[in-house]
This record gives sequence, structure tokens and C-alpha cells, in this order.
Amino acid sequence: MKSIIAAIVFGLVPLVALAAGGAPPMSANTDVTNQKSLQSGAKVFVNYCMGCHSMEFMRYSRLADDIGLERDLVAEHLMFNTDKIGDLMTIAMRADDAAGWFGVPPPDLSVIARARGVDWLYTYLTTFYADPNPARPFGVNNVMFPDVGMPHVLWPLQGVQSYIKAERPADVISEHIEAIEPDDKGVVLHAAVTTKDGKTSHVTDMLEVTIPGSMKPAEFRKSVRDLVNFLDYAGEPAKLARIQLGYWAIILLAVFAVVARALYKDYWRDVH
Amino acid sequence: MKAMLTGLLDWTDARFPLSKLWNEHLANYYAPKNFNFWYYFGSLALLMLVIQIGSGIWLTMFYKPSAAEAFASVEYIMREVPMGWFIRYMHSTGGSFFFLVVYLHMFRGLMYGSYKNPRELLWILGMLIYLMMMVEGFFGYLLPWGQMSYWGAQVIISLFGALPFDLGDPLTLWIRGDYVIADATLNRFFALHVAAVPLALLALVAAHVMALHEVGSNNPDGIEIKKNKDANGIPRDGIPFHPYYTVKDIWGVAVCLILFAAVLFFAPTFFGYFIEQPNFVPANPLKTPEHIAPVWYFTPYYAILRAIPDKLTGVIAMFASVLVFFVLPWLDRNPIKSVRYRGPMFKILLGIFVITFIVLGYLGTQSPTVAGSELGFRLGELYFSFFLILWLHSKTRTASFNYTVLGIVAVLFVFFDAMRFDADKGMLMFVSSLLVIGYYVFFVLGSMYTKLNEPKPVPERVT
Repeated sequence: MKSIIAAIVFGLVPLVALAAGGAPPMSANTDVTNQKSLQSGAKVFVNYCMGCHSMEFMRYSRLADDIGLERDLVAEHLMFNTDKIGDLMTIAMRADDAAGWFGVPPPDLSVIARARGVDWLYTYLTTFYADPNPARPFGVNNVMFPDVGMPHVLWPLQGVQSYIKAERPADVISEHIEAIEPDDKGVVLHAAVTTKDGKTSHVTDMLEVTIPGSMKPAEFRKSVRDLVNFLDYAGEPAKLARIQLGYWAIILLAVFAVVARALYKDYWRDVH
Repeated sequence: MKAMLTGLLDWTDARFPLSKLWNEHLANYYAPKNFNFWYYFGSLALLMLVIQIGSGIWLTMFYKPSAAEAFASVEYIMREVPMGWFIRYMHSTGGSFFFLVVYLHMFRGLMYGSYKNPRELLWILGMLIYLMMMVEGFFGYLLPWGQMSYWGAQVIISLFGALPFDLGDPLTLWIRGDYVIADATLNRFFALHVAAVPLALLALVAAHVMALHEVGSNNPDGIEIKKNKDANGIPRDGIPFHPYYTVKDIWGVAVCLILFAAVLFFAPTFFGYFIEQPNFVPANPLKTPEHIAPVWYFTPYYAILRAIPDKLTGVIAMFASVLVFFVLPWLDRNPIKSVRYRGPMFKILLGIFVITFIVLGYLGTQSPTVAGSELGFRLGELYFSFFLILWLHSKTRTASFNYTVLGIVAVLFVFFDAMRFDADKGMLMFVSSLLVIGYYVFFVLGSMYTKLNEPKPVPERVT
């Protein structure tokens, strides 16, 4: 028996080494218990995202109750296309129109944080950069989602970042981003470049804000963090209740387990 | 009051075998007294079945089996139905737990030879349950109508398209009810998931328990307790299932539910293994996901399928890797049941099989790579080799018999490698073949020239 367990444990060790991924996103550091952050995120969402993206599984009333806002305040400041607090957060843009304008209709964002993860969304929203290529309809491109159809909607806040590439060897055949880091001037991109002779070297590129927006890079990152936090909440509004209930459930079951164990041991006293 | 209840019981017993059933299956059913940790998983599998049926009934009250509404109705359950998220997570976590528990239950059977005479039919009924669970899981995974639901089903159904003689296309069309997976497919999968397969499962579970109580439980020593009875015909090493094992299993249930609750409340998607991330994107027939992986409990077989370049051969190998368990009682004829008395080699054999299964399962969740597929192929060979070695070790074989088997295996495996030979990965194929060569050298030559396969004496009574 012990040798089986040992064989399994040692056999699995190489698996840990095998597990590795692609370009790692920055950590979003979100916290769904932070209501201030959720409120700020909701504000960014309805002002900047909801022109094109719906959140059709979410109701304004639930949003108000969950993130600690008075329903009147929500009606006044966050509801731009309905008067009924119980309505779903739908939009007026028609999907077929949107498909014509952007190539694909902007997806509903109700569960986007569950599909993409908060770190990916956070990094995606902070790594837009100016791309003069005439094939890019909105003049921007994105590090996490190359050739994305979405324009850089948050540019009035962030400004416009330029992709400043470090000098590279002449015969680069492939490169990929190894790490992305926040910076005072924008975003730092650590890339590994492989040349024809098979050698890999490391370069540091930069997304630098060259046309400033209304926010400094650090402020902008905080806004995006709030937005992503809000998307995380919206992806599973029951998350907080789930975790709270979880502690009680485990405590209750633990008490049950103690009683069950005592009963079992008592019955088994006469089994030898 | 007591007289009234006794009267009611007598009245019932005259009309329905209530006391008889109770005694036959619980109070006078004698189980070996030496059950260990591994014997919790039978009752836990029953617990999971009850959880799945209970939570499933509640989900059907709110779920809409239509391509246009399915995805939204799941989100409706998650958000608007009071405690709907709890029911849904109970069902999604329960599916994975059910498989986890059943895999451990099956491993117990392998370890203590629970499939051997007289329990062959019990094992086959269990395997039918496992097969039905896989069918149930497959149908159920389409219902949330996410990208992985859709494309996972697409991949599995397309496997039937590999059938020869132009049977493939008509068959896949018949299964789907449409040229692609569509509303018709979802509707029939729903019907099968909530009615047909659960009925079959319940019937099979009842038959499994009846067969068990007919032959009696095996135990960690693999000794038949019925061979040693006292003057009253009661096995000396047996204790009544109720109350001894009912109270013990309640303790097992409590621990299992704590682990279950920990996943349900704190990590319901279990890092993308129980609910895969792409399944939060609604099904889109026009957009194939970059990487399609089935849920974890299918991935060992999926890895075997993917490792074989020829599709039809791969499909056959995949089905064979599941179905081979059915003939296990007739492959492993070694009279010693329990791992405790079979010598170190059996432990190592079983340990390697478990590693093979887990690593194959891991490979099945990953995007295919050249090295991964090669490893998958070799582990697939080891997977089937496990059953061959079990058969070979059923009794003491002569040297010439062993060498003949080695020769046949060598010819067969060289033939497989010749069929799939690719000069670009010749070196990789050579290196990985050492894994298989080492396996056979150890288990065949090792049993001939070392004492590693020598059994230990089996005691008369359980320990």
C-alpha cells in the first residue's frame, strides 16, 4: 500500500515541471468585497462599455443592492437607457449593425470575467497601443488580443500609448512576451527573441503614454482594476454569499462529523 | 404506542417483505469486519448518485433545453433563482465528485481483487454503471450550451464518423438529428440525460447491490469470510452491516461532504477542471475554440485517442481502453486476490497503472504537442500492457511461454511504430520506447529471475 502511494507521488512530480503557459498577464489584484471599487467600476462600465456591450443577465436593482448603492442614485447616475430599476442591463445597439461596424458584434459582458479571467481583462484593457497600419480600422492594436476589433474606448482616460521597441538583432525569426509589468510611464514588456542561429536573447519594450489622457498611468490602472473587479462581481453576483455560506456549511458539517465519529467509535468498541 | 407500531409492522410484513428486506440487506447482512479506508467509496458513490438526482430534479424545474435559451437559463439559475447557484454548483461539483469516488471505488477493486470469482458479475454490473455514468456525463455536458459543451460534443460525435463502409456519416447524422449540433441535438440529449440514462443507472445500481449481497463483500485480505462460519451459520469474521457499517459510513459521508462543500463553496469551477472557462462563452457553431478538451474524467481515454495518428484505430483503441475492464475477471486469474499477499511486483504494476492513468489524464487536458503525443502513445501501450501482465502473472509460466509472449509483444509494438514512423521524431520514438522495453524487462524477466513476484502466504482468517 505504502509503496503504491510512494510510486504515485514520485511519478507525479515531473507533471508540475511540465505545467507552463504562454504570455502571462499582469495580476489584477481585484477584491470583490471592496464596494468602493465595485461602485467605481460600475460607473466606468456604464459610461464607457455599455455603449456597445450589454450585460443582459444583470439587473440594475440587483447591482444597486449588491454594491451598496441607493436605488435612486443608480437610477440617476447609472441608468441611461431605462427608467425601471428592475430592468436588465441591455443596450440599444443591434447586433447586425454592430457586426457591420466592428466585424463582430461586441459580446455580452455578463460572464466575460469567468471566460477570460480578471488578470487577462486587466492586462488587455491596459495594453492598447497606437498602430499606424492602415489595416487597423481604429488606429490601435493590443498586446493581449492582437488585431482585436474593439477600438481603444478608454483613451480619454489613459491617453494613447506608443509601442517603443528596444533594439533587436537583425535576424529575429520569432519572439514572444515573457512578462508584462506596470510602469510610471505606461507598461513594460519583457520579450524573448530568437534569432536564426537558434539563440534566444531578452529585450525590454515599452508601451509609453505619448499623448496623455485625463489620468496618470497609475490612476488609469486603478480605474481598470475597479472595472475588472466589477466585471468579476457581475460574472457571479452570488460569489460573496457563496463564500459566506461556505464557512457556515463547513462548520455545520464539521460538528456533524464529530458526532458521527463519536457514534461510530462507540458502536465499534466491541469489534475486535 | 409500541404495540401499535409493532402491529403496523406485522400488518405490513404480511403484505410486503419489509422486515425481510431490511434483514437481508442490512441487519443480517454480514460484512467482513476488516474494511479499511478504501471501503468508504461504495456508500459514497450512492451518496453522489442521490445528490445528482436531487439537484438534477431541481435544475430541470428552471432549465430550458433549447439552443436559443439554454445558456441564458443556466445564468438565470445562477442569478435569479433563489439558491439556484447552490443547486447548480451542487450538480456540477457532484458530477466530478461522482467520478472521483467511482474511480477510487474501482481502484479498490483492482487492489484487492474484488472482481475475481465469485464476484465477476458484480464487477460487470459495476462496469455497466461506470459506462452509463460516462454516457450521462457526456449528455449532461452539452446542456449548459457553452463553447466547450458544443465543441466537446462535436468532437465526440464525430468519432462515430470514423466508422468504415460509409456508416459513419449516417450514424453521426442520426445521433445529432441535424447536420451540425443544434436544437434537435440538445433536446434529445436533455431527454436522455434526465430520463433514460438515470433510469438505467438506478436499475443497474440496484442490481449491483443485490449481486453484492448475494456473494458477500470482499475485504482487504481477499479472504472469503463465508468459508469460516460458526455453529449458527454466521461468518466468524463478519459483523452485521447495520449498525456497524451504517454508522461507520455516516462518518465517511460527513468527511466526504466537508470536502464536497469546500469545493462547492470555495472553488466551484475547480480551477477550470470541473467547469471549463470557455464554457462561459455561449456556443457558437461558427467559431472553433483554439483548444478543445473534455472534462477531466474523460481525458485519459481522450489522450489515448489523440496519440494514435489513424482516426479509426484511435477510436477503437479508446473504446477498447474502457471496455477492457469488462474482461478483467477473466484476464487476471491469479488465485490470490489481495495486493497484500501478491508480492512487490503486483504493487509496482498497479502503481504504474495508476500513474499511467493520471498522466494520460493530464495529457488529455493539454494542447497536443509532438512530445506529448509520443508520451501519450507510449503510455497507451503501457495502459494495455497492464492487462497483459495481469494475465501473464495469473499463474507460474514456463520460460518458453514468457519468451513467446515477449516476442509477440515486441513484433506487435515494432509494427505499430513502423506504421506511424516519422523520420523527424525517430529519436523521440526510440527514447520513449525505452519506457515500454523497461516495463516488459521488469515485469516479464523480473518475474522469472527475481523473487519480486513471489506471493506471500495467505492467512486463514482476516487480519
